[in-house]
Amino acid sequence: MDIEDIEIELFVRAMQLRHGYDFSGYAPASLKRRVLQLVRTQDVSDISELNRRVLHEEGFLSKVIEGLSVPVSEMFRDPQVFRALRDKVFPVLASYPQINIWQAGCAHGQEIYSLAILLEEAGLYERSQIYATDFNDAALALAQEGIYATRDARDWSRNYQEAGGQRSLSDYYSARYDFIKLDHRLRRNVTFANHNLVTDDVFCEAHLILCRNVLIYFSNPLQDRTLGLFRDSLVRGGFLCLGTRENIDFAPSAVDFTNVDGALRIYQLGGRQTR
Amino acid sequence: MGCSAGGLTALQEVLAQVDARLTQPVIVCCHTGSSDVSLLCELLARHSRLPVEEASERAPVRGGVVHVAPSGYHLLIEPTLRFALSVDAKVAYSRPSIDVLFESVTDAYRGRIVAVLMTGANADGAEGLAYVRAHGGYAVVQDPTTAEAAAMPQAGLDIAGADACVPLNAIAGTLNQLCL
Repeated sequence: MDIEDIEIELFVRAMQLRHGYDFSGYAPASLKRRVLQLVRTQDVSDISELNRRVLHEEGFLSKVIEGLSVPVSEMFRDPQVFRALRDKVFPVLASYPQINIWQAGCAHGQEIYSLAILLEEAGLYERSQIYATDFNDAALALAQEGIYATRDARDWSRNYQEAGGQRSLSDYYSARYDFIKLDHRLRRNVTFANHNLVTDDVFCEAHLILCRNVLIYFSNPLQDRTLGLFRDSLVRGGFLCLGTRENIDFAPSAVDFTNVDGALRIYQLGGRQTR
Repeated sequence: MGCSAGGLTALQEVLAQVDARLTQPVIVCCHTGSSDVSLLCELLARHSRLPVEEASERAPVRGGVVHVAPSGYHLLIEPTLRFALSVDAKVAYSRPSIDVLFESVTDAYRGRIVAVLMTGANADGAEGLAYVRAHGGYAVVQDPTTAEAAAMPQAGLDIAGADACVPLNAIAGTLNQLCL
């Protein structure tokens, strides 16, 4: 066995035993890249040195968690997905007096604000409750602030238009120098909370769960467990939206979901009786 | 195989000459501006003697098939020899990144790989190529003078060096010789 692979196993054990974070179900190839990235950013000589600090240094944990969750996203990423949510999912949500939406792994919140804007424009925001969760507290804090770089806003405006946005994206933020700040009214029905998909349980009854490009970091058993968690959190007929290149064909729990739009990875719990 | 600017034509030429009896998997990372590589797959399939498909998350890497990295994601290979995707930050200004692919394939196959770096206008792939060579893999670099964009193969030569530096029309022959 490669020495680096041994060090990574020890890292995973150290995180588990010392801090209670379980990364053993993460897919090894990208976990390795992130751990090596941590070695570089924390300026330590190797993974063993990283492990020593994980074990002994108070306050080091938050840096490790930040390094291991690397949240990269954009507003209205894959615009056609948001268009499909609006056209195919929202009409069903509109039939509920109260709509619960869970964004699992909200990272820096770009998707939360995208969703909030879409709900506003569909006239559904007032009766929506959005739960935005992540296991990374630093990411949650940034999501709550809703401040992003101005240079990203141009691409996001284009995404927004392609997603079928009815106004101008700039109607929803104020720009200052190099930053934009999303309108705080967009989060009046958003609850930000720490939730770890690996270890935490059902906490709401949702009509729609968005979890895009999070399960790609999970091994097959953990992906399956998480899909089970989503199934147990959704009302019958509730919707699940994953990343457009995710594959749930190998997960036993996938049988509980039917395609709403297979290519865009939008599913419905139950729905038609057979998949 | 990694490439960027000019990659489509280069890949078409190489795949047209790769022996159809090849039993090894071929994995391609080609930067395209588009958000979808289905068109790229189609254009390659017209010339390729091996079937061409977009690499599918969690699916096994299959021999005798050309797998193309999807747009917007890094493509990695798990130790189980299945594909994995990541949306981690760009590497060498690229996602998918050739560096990420080369390093991950090297790990998964314990260095028993051939990495090919071809035409491109940036330096992605050079670090990955160095990793390949440091772990026992074989590096083929397109002779930059035969490349539509020389920067990528030149960076490969500068940073990693090569086990073979050949013109575009000799790359397939080199692969056939190494693999059959």
